[in-house]
Amino acid sequence: MSDTTFRKAICAALEEELERDERVLFFGEDVAAAGGVFAVTPGLYERFGPGRVFDTPISELALAGAAFGSAVVGKRPVFEVMFGDFLILAMDSLVNQAAKFWYISNEQAPVPLTVRCAVGAGGRFGAIHSQTPTPWLLGVPGIKIVAPSTPADAKGLLKSAIRDDNPVVVLEHKRLYSISGPEGDGTVPIGEANVVREGSDITIVAAMRGVHDALAAAETLAGDGIEAEVIDLRTLRPIDERTVLESVAKTNRVVMYDEGPELGGWARGLLGAVAERGLEDIDDSWVIASGELPIPYSPTLEDDFLPSAERLADEIRARVKAPARA
Amino acid sequence: MSAVETATTVDAVAGDWQPTADELAGGLRTMLLLRRFEEEMQRLFLRGEIHGTVHLYIGQEAVSAGVCSALEAGDWVAATYRGHGAALAQGSDPEALAAELLGRRTGTCGGRAGSMNIVDLDHGLVGCFGIVGGSIAAATGAALGCRGGDRVAVAFFGDGATNQAYFHECLNFAKVLELPVLFVCENNLYGEFTPLAQSTAGADIAGRARVFDIPAARVDGNRWEVVAAAARAAVARMRAGEGPQFIEALTYRHLGHSKSDAGRYRPPEEVEAWLARDPIDQLRATLADDERADAIDAEVGGELTAAVERALAAPFPDPAVDRATEYAP
Repeated sequence: MSDTTFRKAICAALEEELERDERVLFFGEDVAAAGGVFAVTPGLYERFGPGRVFDTPISELALAGAAFGSAVVGKRPVFEVMFGDFLILAMDSLVNQAAKFWYISNEQAPVPLTVRCAVGAGGRFGAIHSQTPTPWLLGVPGIKIVAPSTPADAKGLLKSAIRDDNPVVVLEHKRLYSISGPEGDGTVPIGEANVVREGSDITIVAAMRGVHDALAAAETLAGDGIEAEVIDLRTLRPIDERTVLESVAKTNRVVMYDEGPELGGWARGLLGAVAERGLEDIDDSWVIASGELPIPYSPTLEDDFLPSAERLADEIRARVKAPARA
Repeated sequence: MSAVETATTVDAVAGDWQPTADELAGGLRTMLLLRRFEEEMQRLFLRGEIHGTVHLYIGQEAVSAGVCSALEAGDWVAATYRGHGAALAQGSDPEALAAELLGRRTGTCGGRAGSMNIVDLDHGLVGCFGIVGGSIAAATGAALGCRGGDRVAVAFFGDGATNQAYFHECLNFAKVLELPVLFVCENNLYGEFTPLAQSTAGADIAGRARVFDIPAARVDGNRWEVVAAAARAAVARMRAGEGPQFIEALTYRHLGHSKSDAGRYRPPEEVEAWLARDPIDQLRATLADDERADAIDAEVGGELTAAVERALAAPFPDPAVDRATEYAP
């Protein structure tokens, strides 16, 4: 299959699912006539019409509520919150309505809704257009979070999200929209991580753009004789602990590499799970994430704030070459 | 607020419906069911059988009983934490509802939801929501799901909810998309303990809907037949594709906001005036058939007593047996 871009892969997933299931709706701010501010969804409105694909007011809470209510009565809504930072405006409906409904209704009906949002820093967008909302969502039972790093996974995970009978948040890192790769076909299962590079000396666990940093760091380290295994989590909730534990059992060292804040993020939580279930396998383990500050604007500040492939390689080099602890 | 016109008769509401004696009796039956149910729940709460808190609907029965009488199977309703009335008006089983408040396995939601969060999809109840404006979004969404068909959705909410983002975002959203959703504000004059005038700028809730170009009627919410007439007219317009509609129903809760509230912030003369306008007394007067009204009351009371006894006898959920899954399969 020929190569495509991340953004085109997302559009293909939407197009295929809208075609496949007439219950699927797609809506959001400027997603229809304009084709999306990140140019992800052109042509869908023209193909499926205003009954299935439509523009909405800038009303994140109403969008989430409309998705929740329509999902409960049998639709399969997909809505876009333009930047993940804005998701916080939709949180009551997403958390108190959609995520809890399956349980508190005593399983009367599922809530098959999908929300897509652009996330991630490094684009000089400043503090309110650069966050990754994972920490806000990790503590919400009933929610799933997918976080692709490649066009094929972006397509396959979005297709799975739309077919899933639970609320699924799809995180699209804005600095991945233009990358190319095979388009892939079919779905990618939610909840399964992917070992994207095998190695025996250390496990690097990452997601989204972090996977590309991890692979770059692994290439650098290979030149120093250190073979890093790289795991692309692909789903952040529920997280695939087993794949990580199996890898750590082999490498005995693990670094969790996350762009988001260290407190409340997936990285420390996953490290805790590894400590709890695989303590005997660990010679070294740590987290590389960003600090507890809003994301800055100025290029020098933002670059310093974010973790990088260089820092990842440097820290691994220093720690793996250090004498193993007794 | 006296400057704003309020419809107090059926004739004052657009539409040509006039209730028959049987329809009046049916309305009375629903209202008595709501009233007697809440009285039972009050007793059970005071006995310590119901946990947490309850928000009783006593005094406001004409609103949900009137609106739901205008709906058909397949229509959807969303309500609030003060939602027992809407559930019963939609036909929810009183025994299961009582069991839910009692935390029993046989409850409407297996004891998982409790008083404030009832869901009963089999009776068109999308849910009751503990956030005051939550029902507005749920009904707007249900209406999105109905778009293009002839089904409609109704949101019940209080005056306090008109100051939340849900209200403003969803009214605008529904109008822009011309969704078949009826917004019913049960204006009981207090947002929890705070009087409307202190919390709600302009104090004209129907006027807020008109700003969005949504047709809005302000009606006497203590008269079942007036609410029912307004709802029939609104539902007919929605089924004809005329988009969202709005009813502001002026009403009053006879009791405090919740079980911890004695309602002392309300002037006694105000309470007295509203008690004298009890919606059930008024509908009995309209029906003008005491024998029939008494018979309905006795029948409803007997059914409820038996239902509550069965609910009390039902088992609690057993965490070892009643296993939950986080996700729908």
